[in-house]
Amino acid sequence: MIRTPLRPLARILEARQKGENPDAIERENTRIRHEQMRDHARLRAEGRLFVLGAFFFCAFAVVGARMGLLATSEPVEPRAHAPGAMISASRADIVDRNGSILATNFDTHALYAQPKHMVDPVMAAKGLVRVFPDLDEERLIKDFTGERKFLWIKRKISPEQKQAVHDIGDPGLLFAPRDMRLYPNGTLAAHVMGGASFGKEGVHGAEVIGVAGVEKYFDDYLRDPANGNTPLQLSLDLSVQAAAERVLWGGMKLMNAKGATSVLMDVKTGEVISVVSLPSFDPNDRPRPATEGDASDSPLFNRSVQGVYELGSVFKIFAAAQAIELGLVNAETVIETAGPMRVGGFNIGEFQNKNYGKLSVTDIIVHSSNRGTGRLALQIGVERQQKFLKDLGFFEATDYEIVEAAGGKPLLPQRWTDLSTVTISYGHGLSTSPMHLAAGYAAIANGGFRVKPTILKQNGPQLGPRVMSERAASDARMMLRKVVADGTASFAEVPGYFVGGKTGTADKPNPRGGYYKDKTLATFASMFPAHDPKYVLIVTLDEPVETSGDKPRRTAGWTAVPIAAEMIRRVAPLLGVRPTVEPVNPTMVTLTGSN
Amino acid sequence: MRAVLYILTSLAVIGLAFWAYRENYATQQALSDVDKLHRSIQASHARLAVLKAEWAYQNRPERLRDLAEINFERLGLLPLLPEQFGAVDQVPYAPPPMLPITNPVDVSSAAAAGEEDPL
Repeated sequence: MIRTPLRPLARILEARQKGENPDAIERENTRIRHEQMRDHARLRAEGRLFVLGAFFFCAFAVVGARMGLLATSEPVEPRAHAPGAMISASRADIVDRNGSILATNFDTHALYAQPKHMVDPVMAAKGLVRVFPDLDEERLIKDFTGERKFLWIKRKISPEQKQAVHDIGDPGLLFAPRDMRLYPNGTLAAHVMGGASFGKEGVHGAEVIGVAGVEKYFDDYLRDPANGNTPLQLSLDLSVQAAAERVLWGGMKLMNAKGATSVLMDVKTGEVISVVSLPSFDPNDRPRPATEGDASDSPLFNRSVQGVYELGSVFKIFAAAQAIELGLVNAETVIETAGPMRVGGFNIGEFQNKNYGKLSVTDIIVHSSNRGTGRLALQIGVERQQKFLKDLGFFEATDYEIVEAAGGKPLLPQRWTDLSTVTISYGHGLSTSPMHLAAGYAAIANGGFRVKPTILKQNGPQLGPRVMSERAASDARMMLRKVVADGTASFAEVPGYFVGGKTGTADKPNPRGGYYKDKTLATFASMFPAHDPKYVLIVTLDEPVETSGDKPRRTAGWTAVPIAAEMIRRVAPLLGVRPTVEPVNPTMVTLTGSN
Repeated sequence: MRAVLYILTSLAVIGLAFWAYRENYATQQALSDVDKLHRSIQASHARLAVLKAEWAYQNRPERLRDLAEINFERLGLLPLLPEQFGAVDQVPYAPPPMLPITNPVDVSSAAAAGEEDPL
């Protein structure tokens, strides 16, 4: 840039000649130069401001445009990165303790119609009736030609049916994807599984909700997308369950019973390995609940937890165990069981009015003497008996994880009198479910610890607080073994497995008061092997009659016991229990000669 | 000097634009590959679920029991029973190996020579 000098010589000389002040020229030039500098600086500042403004405008415009775009566009999953934790939209599977599938999902379709888009509604309706004979043609034609814009036709269709509907070729017939809950084993463990149905239904999918059993109890877990790939593992064993159901079903038919239930429980963990309730149903096609008649006659009724019954003499062992626990008696103490025995104005009788005379505590259990256990109970007293039974879990519903279990609340006497104490000691006046009984027997079997029945697989022993001493438990086990060896349950002898158990035959209460004479509930509560029990098995038959003899037999010893024995014979090898030789208990050696 | 700078700058811009163009298309290609893979994984998962369900259905205890009964003559399968448990000492030892033959006997039949025809 060429700068103009502040004092240009030519103009200075000219001014001097004219006698003017040459400083004026310098001032003038300085002023002009300052103005130029000012203009220049202003221009630069303006330019910078403009650039900055433009930058900010662009930046805000980009942010605003991006926000607008995000707000108005459809949300999409990020496509660029691989999914880290697998998130599955489908309901989690249910598997047994060995990982075999009990419940899984199956892709299927629902069929719906949009009559507005139909080319030929009448033809479409006729085609549909050919594919689905259960549809009503008149009604379909009315729906398709009427005002309706949308209607569901079928909730689940098979791939073949879908193809057949495709072949009708009407654009108004559309398919909605569905996740169907599938129980591949059919009726197996139906009462545990419960069943599932659709909740909210849409064109793009439907939510699957559990309606009973573990499906409902663990509904939140199963529906949580984070658990899509971690199946719910139950304690059931598929093969054991199948064998138990088969044996129990055969036994129920053989004994002409109207219902039956069995519970097989691990004594240390409380895991229910198999639980059967017959009659059963198919959870894939769950029947509707009975609206009339007795709910307990419905196949949906779960006898193992909802069937709250007076279970009879199987309770006697608890009175004997407690009496030993309290030091009132030992296994050999002799008790007078001869009648008459009147408590609270009622006569306590024996089965078939027998009279056993003097019996040791062991023989009271072996012969199942009502008066004997009644006398033990009177020695124990009301409060101690209540506490003991409460500790064993007979006072509230079990924690067993299916929704129906909460309904199996035991029925306790309103006033717990001496008479109640006596009757409860032999299993009358206190109604419990077979699941309660299994937990109670498990406490005897595992050496005196309470266990909670559970349907979930456990990692190791889950022993609760101690409810009786090891000695009381082992004496009780010895008595139970004797019941089988030479008592009322002789049919339960399974070579190699040394079953110990107690029978119980209870007359069913008549809803009109009193008890039926010819309707019984036969229960056999057992454990095997008796010297070191691993499993407890409860078998209960509802109204069994064994008719091979002259007179119909209804006692547990003739009905429930043989079934339980067969079940142990079938199931114990599957559980990996080796048949053994029973160890000789040194305290049980009897002196046979003294000379 | 300045002209060289301009030329270099514009060449750089052209180069970068070309690079960005290629990257853009490569990214779109990669994304569509990922989409395809996702779809195929999803389809495989669905197929796996169906196969698992099918496996469970075909292996349901009821069906296996019926099959064992139908094919009893061929397979002779029985339910597992307590009698089938054995002890380790019931299992016989393997027979001792044969002693090596040290004095072979010459055989002069036609078959002994193997494949070769003696004639």
